[in-house]
Amino acid sequence: MQLVLEKRAERSKTIALVSPLIAIGLTIITMVILFAILGKNPMLALHAYFIAPLTDGYSLQEIAVKATPLVMIAIGLSLCYLANAWNIGAEGQFLIGAVAGSWIAVKTQGTDAGAWVLPVMLVLAAAAGALYALIPAICKVKFGASEILTSLMLVYVADLFLDYLVRGPWRDPHGFNFPTTAEFDPVATVPLLIEGGRLHLGSIIALLVVAAAAILLGRTIKGFEIRVVGAAPRAARFGGFNANQLVILTFAVSGALAGLAGIIEVAGPVGHLQPGISPGYGFTAIIVAFLGRLNPLGILIAGLFLALTFIGGEQAQIAMKIPLDVTKVFQGILLFYVLACDSLILYRFKLVFPNRQVARGIG
Amino acid sequence: MLDQTSNDLHSGEPPLLQTIGLTKRYGDFLANDSISIDIQPKQIHALLGENGAGKSTLVKAIYGLIQPSAGEIRWQGHPIVLSGPSEARRRGIGMVFQHFSLFDNLTVAENVALGLDGRESFKDMSARLEQVSKTYGLPLDPRREVWQLSVGERQRIEIVRALMQDPKFLILDEPTAVLTPQEADQLFTVLERLKAEGRAILYISHKLEEVKRLCDTATILRGGKKVATCNPGLETAASLARMMVGSEIREVKAPADRKTTVPRLVVNDLSLAPGEAHGVRLEHISFELKGGEILGIAGVAGNGQDELFAALSGERLSKDPGTVVIEGIAAGHLSITQRRKLGAAFVPEERLGHGTAPRMKLSENALLTGHAASGMVHHGFIDTAAALNTVDRATETFDVRKAKRDPEAASLSGGNLQKFIVGREILRNPAVLVVSQPTWGVDAGAAAVIRQALLDLATAGAAVLVTSQDLDELAEIADRIAVMFHGRLSAPLATSEATREKLGLLMGGSSLEPKEAAHAVGA
Repeated sequence: MQLVLEKRAERSKTIALVSPLIAIGLTIITMVILFAILGKNPMLALHAYFIAPLTDGYSLQEIAVKATPLVMIAIGLSLCYLANAWNIGAEGQFLIGAVAGSWIAVKTQGTDAGAWVLPVMLVLAAAAGALYALIPAICKVKFGASEILTSLMLVYVADLFLDYLVRGPWRDPHGFNFPTTAEFDPVATVPLLIEGGRLHLGSIIALLVVAAAAILLGRTIKGFEIRVVGAAPRAARFGGFNANQLVILTFAVSGALAGLAGIIEVAGPVGHLQPGISPGYGFTAIIVAFLGRLNPLGILIAGLFLALTFIGGEQAQIAMKIPLDVTKVFQGILLFYVLACDSLILYRFKLVFPNRQVARGIG
Repeated sequence: MLDQTSNDLHSGEPPLLQTIGLTKRYGDFLANDSISIDIQPKQIHALLGENGAGKSTLVKAIYGLIQPSAGEIRWQGHPIVLSGPSEARRRGIGMVFQHFSLFDNLTVAENVALGLDGRESFKDMSARLEQVSKTYGLPLDPRREVWQLSVGERQRIEIVRALMQDPKFLILDEPTAVLTPQEADQLFTVLERLKAEGRAILYISHKLEEVKRLCDTATILRGGKKVATCNPGLETAASLARMMVGSEIREVKAPADRKTTVPRLVVNDLSLAPGEAHGVRLEHISFELKGGEILGIAGVAGNGQDELFAALSGERLSKDPGTVVIEGIAAGHLSITQRRKLGAAFVPEERLGHGTAPRMKLSENALLTGHAASGMVHHGFIDTAAALNTVDRATETFDVRKAKRDPEAASLSGGNLQKFIVGREILRNPAVLVVSQPTWGVDAGAAAVIRQALLDLATAGAAVLVTSQDLDELAEIADRIAVMFHGRLSAPLATSEATREKLGLLMGGSSLEPKEAAHAVGA
């Protein structure tokens, strides 16, 4: 008896919907084993991770706040991945966006600048993120350099550049030598949706991005172009679509969205520029994109789910002394299972008996 | 069911190879349904059937590439289980595949060495290779690299490689599909000789005249079942075709008087360097195609047909706009989308992955070529209803059979997908249609529908360019036939003057003697 994968005639729609759930289920089973090995009560740990954050209003708002950058970045990445362009450097584009937007905030600090500051910060951050993403895109199109490597390497450049700025020229003179800028002025801050709460305007922008991506991919010829170039490159060329142009376009759009997410994070929940503004949003967004099946609505749900693991991880650390790194382990295992379960969309498992026995049985 | 075993000279001893109730099941699909055949020594046994009839599955089982789900294979009377091709070869079963497995950058001898299981030294092997190729009249230079060789020569490598194992039984899968008529004749001489030496040959083909001429026995498969075993010499091509298809094939009717109008596609001295390594350079190609006319381009695969298609479609651009003129407008520098807007339509050879995106719906595949000029896009937004409407019209006009209204392209059979692709282009009422291998790997019914559609399109005034390796197909629909060889295009011959012999000479790179006798193709 033997277990084989058999190709399906058409991709299974049911499995396409169910496969992320199977992946989550398998991840939780793995985590239970891991918690048991760590000597923690698995049920209590799971409760801390997945149930506790959903039970109070503050945590619910915090989930939305954490999901905002994840969803915005993942939407951009999904466009790249659908078009077969592998942007792995969203983390760097996020940081560069944060830096570019902060520049205005730092320069207008303490002046009586008007309401134009925040919009200009947002635009500048998006532009900077797009330009930063264009470096690997142009290197790929012009020189054939692997965009996976170049975009990833640029993450570290952005990280160190930010580090230099907040330790050097932009450091808050009254900040007790901490590597951080001064708190941004109110005109340079993303407004809150609820007075005294955590939820801010960025979440609305993220929802608009999701809606725009859904329309782009589902209704427009540009979205069709993105899907065809990724799914069947030769057919796309026959259709008259230019794959290189799309690499440039999707990288620029995803860089812009990552940059925008970056400034919204800095000018919103954080309030000033400092190292460590991102707990790896740009990388976690890769998981969000795939867990959401590269579909805008799926990404929205997946973004909320992964935000839950961030909050749950913090709660588990406080309540049960489970190291925060376990959250990253969880996310890594989840991506692994998501990609593995994807094969079920095109294949099905089948038990096969050795044919010699069958031949004997019949003949 | 007829079952005349014409060659039953060996009634006393068991057949060389026998399958008994051989069945192969893929999921719910029966690729082979209880097939029993007997193959005798000194026999050329034809295996006939349409695409998807189960020929490949059967020979793969006999060659040990797949394990049958049920049934038995007997070799010289004893049941055997083949664990793989190397065991088949060890027992004396050889196979020459339709698609060669050769490394372009290695020499002939290196390629042969890679395929042999033996332990002899490279030097001994090379010497034996030369000797075998001489003995059978299959000349080969062991030191040449494969990419320099013609398709016919590449096939010789595969045949010699099989013969070097001294097989008692040799399987040939569509060997003449890539040969000129003259090369095919040479191959038949070799096969006759192998037969005289006492070997058995299983010859897979769908060229009926060839089978009638060469084979002693024919087994005909249809839909995974054996429908008959007969002596092809006693059958007519029409009766064999009937057994293969299971019904009468619709005749393609060429309208009596097709009027040619203005030139709609003109190619002027088109030369183009190859786009990839070992590609073919197009050299000084010129022709003029008028409305109402079908020009056929014959030639052995790999002589520049793919490159010509890319240059005409605009998948590759030419620096000089004047090299390709569509509807009177210089278009050599225009993209494929711009050329479509001028009224051109294109059908590439490869259905899945080139003509369609396999995992996308038919409506999306209608959009693939229709987005430029068919009213399926308004202000950047897709008109889904218009795309679906194209699918429905193509389905109705060209009898596309499918499980639901808008399935994925990959779920259609080859013939139905090809009808959809051709239909998708014809429904746009193109002024110029460039089509490559329109009926390659398509069942006879679908092939007739497609050929008729091309004729009707030309009758309606379009200029049609058909590239095909099937000379019978070109004879049936083309007004004139030109031949591609090494990236050059011969002057077109009127179809009535294009004999098999003439075309064969051109396909082999010779020029025509002026005093050739003229009789029609297929006569």
